[in-house]
Amino acid sequence: MNAAKPIAAISLRNTVWITLTLALIAAPHAERLPLWLTVIAAVFCGWRLYLARMRLELPARWLMIFIVAAGSAAIYLEYRTLFGRDAGVALLVLMISLKLMETRTQRDGMVLAFIGYFLVITNFFYSQSIPTALYLLACVWLITATMIGLQYTREAPPTRSQLRTAAIMLAQSAPLMIVFFILFPRMQGPLWGLPTDAFAGVTGLSDSMSPGSLNKLVFSEDVALRATFAGRLPPQNRLYWRGPVLLDFDGRTWTAAPRAMRNQIELDRRENPVRYTVTVEPHNRRWLFALDMPGTLPPRAGISVDHLLLSQVPITTRTRYEMESFLDYGIGAASNPAPARMLALPAGFNPQTRVLGQQLRAQHGNSEAIMNAALKMLRDQKFVYTLEPPLLGTHAVDEFLFETRAGFCEHFASAFVVLMRAAGVPARVVTGYLGGEYNALGDYLIVRQSDAHAWTEVWLDNRGWVRVDPTNSVSPARADGGLAAALPDGVSLPRSARASNPLIHQLALTLDSMANAWNQTVLGYNLETQRALLTRAGLDDTSWRTLAVMLIAATGVITLLLALLTLRNRAHKRDPALALYRAFCAKAARAGVVRDDAEGPLDFALRFATARPDIAPAAQAITQLYVALRYKNINKNNELHELRQRVRQFAI
Amino acid sequence: MTALFATMKSGFTDWLSRPRTPESGPIVLVQRRVYILPTRHGMMFAVVLLMMLLGAINYGLSLGFVLTFLLVALTFNAMLYTFRNLAGLSVTAARAPSVFVGESAQFTLNLINPGEFTRYAIGISRERRARSADDFADVPAGASARITLHIPSERRGLLHAGRLTLFSQFPLGLYQAWSYVHPDVTCLIYPRPAPAGLPLPPAESASGNGASHGTGQDDFAGLRAYHTGDPPRHIAWKAAARGHGLLTKLFSGQAASEVWLAWERLPSRMAPEEKISCLTRWVLDAHALHLAYGLRLPRLEVPMASGDGQRERCLEALALYDTLERPSS
Repeated sequence: MNAAKPIAAISLRNTVWITLTLALIAAPHAERLPLWLTVIAAVFCGWRLYLARMRLELPARWLMIFIVAAGSAAIYLEYRTLFGRDAGVALLVLMISLKLMETRTQRDGMVLAFIGYFLVITNFFYSQSIPTALYLLACVWLITATMIGLQYTREAPPTRSQLRTAAIMLAQSAPLMIVFFILFPRMQGPLWGLPTDAFAGVTGLSDSMSPGSLNKLVFSEDVALRATFAGRLPPQNRLYWRGPVLLDFDGRTWTAAPRAMRNQIELDRRENPVRYTVTVEPHNRRWLFALDMPGTLPPRAGISVDHLLLSQVPITTRTRYEMESFLDYGIGAASNPAPARMLALPAGFNPQTRVLGQQLRAQHGNSEAIMNAALKMLRDQKFVYTLEPPLLGTHAVDEFLFETRAGFCEHFASAFVVLMRAAGVPARVVTGYLGGEYNALGDYLIVRQSDAHAWTEVWLDNRGWVRVDPTNSVSPARADGGLAAALPDGVSLPRSARASNPLIHQLALTLDSMANAWNQTVLGYNLETQRALLTRAGLDDTSWRTLAVMLIAATGVITLLLALLTLRNRAHKRDPALALYRAFCAKAARAGVVRDDAEGPLDFALRFATARPDIAPAAQAITQLYVALRYKNINKNNELHELRQRVRQFAI
Repeated sequence: MTALFATMKSGFTDWLSRPRTPESGPIVLVQRRVYILPTRHGMMFAVVLLMMLLGAINYGLSLGFVLTFLLVALTFNAMLYTFRNLAGLSVTAARAPSVFVGESAQFTLNLINPGEFTRYAIGISRERRARSADDFADVPAGASARITLHIPSERRGLLHAGRLTLFSQFPLGLYQAWSYVHPDVTCLIYPRPAPAGLPLPPAESASGNGASHGTGQDDFAGLRAYHTGDPPRHIAWKAAARGHGLLTKLFSGQAASEVWLAWERLPSRMAPEEKISCLTRWVLDAHALHLAYGLRLPRLEVPMASGDGQRERCLEALALYDTLERPSS
């Protein structure tokens, strides 16, 4: 039934097409693959092109088998597995490089084209941004053109027509693609277990903090979350996005331990509510960010006793949730004496700070006075806020408080909590983000990794947990104007943090608002948004059966329309010269000289001249022009124009 | 368009109405006689798409969905393109030149494209399996292309082109559209000549002209009125140019070499087919020597004559002798 194509050797032209297309698709992987594999793939592409150009034999199969075995072993050594996302991509790239060296026939070329499409999808594991999408769309166009090229059996037409056919075919596929995208029933969660490295390499906060861990984030321009506010945007210095709460200190590192979960939020005081929607970028952790202090629970999430929102599953996809926060709040006043854990300090570390704490306790007595004294100390003793703090030794807090006096927010938060605990005041470290940049174009707030911040909470009698930001005492500008305002000029910062060129900055904001729209509509399209969209469109039943029926119906209608467009019988475009000549014949017929269907134009002109000698020269000129246009290779535009003039002026 | 679905739906009735008898004149591949099915590559691509879809679902890749659905839509579209590539094409068959048994008969078809797009990679074959690039043609918009089908000849007689398949997988190779045509065209297969070296039978003087013995054909003997079948190179073109009409030059050698190539001159123990082979060889040799010759077979006689026409007449008689076919002309 299906005739096999002849076993035709793949042409040089097609070899070049397929090799370069695959190289372009694999190119974005180059930064993630081990260098040796990138080099091997590039060498194989070059080698294949060289062999095709020189019409040489492809290497022997045993050599290829050897390279496959050696390459797979090397990948195993590199990743310690052959499965999972990264190792899988590496293996795919290796196999494609080798398949390229085995591509002899047109049929092999087709298989490579299919793998090319598959390779496109692997790029989406790492990025689904607009630029990536545009780049890979171009790649899909090229593979499609390559497939068309593989189908030519005679001499291939110009590259332009090959690209044009591919572009038209893809453009015509767009409507059905959109219908499928909207109506195809979406499912929740993975079908099978995801490999452990599926979401590796995402930047973001972690559940521990040691000196230097936060200021690494500061150089990352990655977006942590975006938020749209229902009312007015609260002032910058109140935008504390609450993240992991760190309780345990081992002398160097603060860590968050699992804490009891609750299903309802207990706030002593709730005032000044703010309503907003958060879209958090995937960070592969469970926490959900909200402004201090969250007042509602997102779906499928709970709240820890430390008032940290936690999702039931790790946030592996961009997640959107409605939130309500109380900017003026009270928590924990009722929770009688803070547990000993909030006072614990590791033995044998930071003796000086401990002594200072005991002194503060002795001098001031009550917790609030101790806290204020400590903050005054930070203010008065010329502490410096810097991104490049000096390295600290074993007694990090001692060194920071008494020697270097320069640090980033994590140093201030850590030292302050240690000091408070030494003075017998329960305290804890809170990490998260502070502030954000308002994008007027899309009316939303962008919070980047560079907005990462650490602050503290201190437990005061009668008041409960009170937020204290020691950094604020040293550098109030950090909270009011962001990182760039807090640091002296000349310190290298990510582009987004320092608005150097207003034009470039505006462009960056425009691009981000496009990215946001893209994220919300295209990338964020999932089970919930699908259901919401269809319900809004008036569909009550959004079960997969209904969707399947609609999908099939829509596919039928669109294919039918496309078929009408493609298959309608279009006559070959009529020659304009012929149309003009027919007009002339019609005029001649009115003059009484009717041209016979079989009569040639020259014969007719002769006959016309004998019948109507008065207007014979005009008819003669028209005939000559027509004959020249139809049968001679001449510059048609001028002649056609003249013919049109003459036929119009031809009067009987 | 509706025919596309009708093709799938009413496949059985279409199957019944497949052309089994030769059609004469231009054959238009109307939509209802074009069939389409996925190729092996098409099936493979479906599997790739399924894998991509599973990947997109599992990893929650929105753009994975976009890409998969774009390619799904592309395969639907490709089906229309492949169908369109064949539907509407019109086919006329030219005469196939006669060949000897063992040579391949060459059926030339003219493919006419009335559409406004070039139809690439139209293949033709008897068993829908193309062997070389020569079995394919590209037909430009509003123009025509020739395609020659080579069919090996195994027996003398009339070789029917039979039911041919026109097919195409353009543009993506995921589908194959095909249509059957049964053009009313035959190729006359001459018998295989016996090996050279068989002596010609002796000349006869049956016609009474045997008196004039000549040695060669250069001895000009006069002119006579042209008869159909006289070799063109013996026509007195100069005389024709002067307006005397067509005259044939006679040479003195000709009359002497009148030969009857007769069945009964061959040994009776020879098999009939062998005899036909020998007679074929004689015809070729006699023609090469510019002899006048006649052919005598049981129940059939080709009168004495010479030239290209005579060669054709005799070879046709031998090709069709004792077959059920009647001469086509």
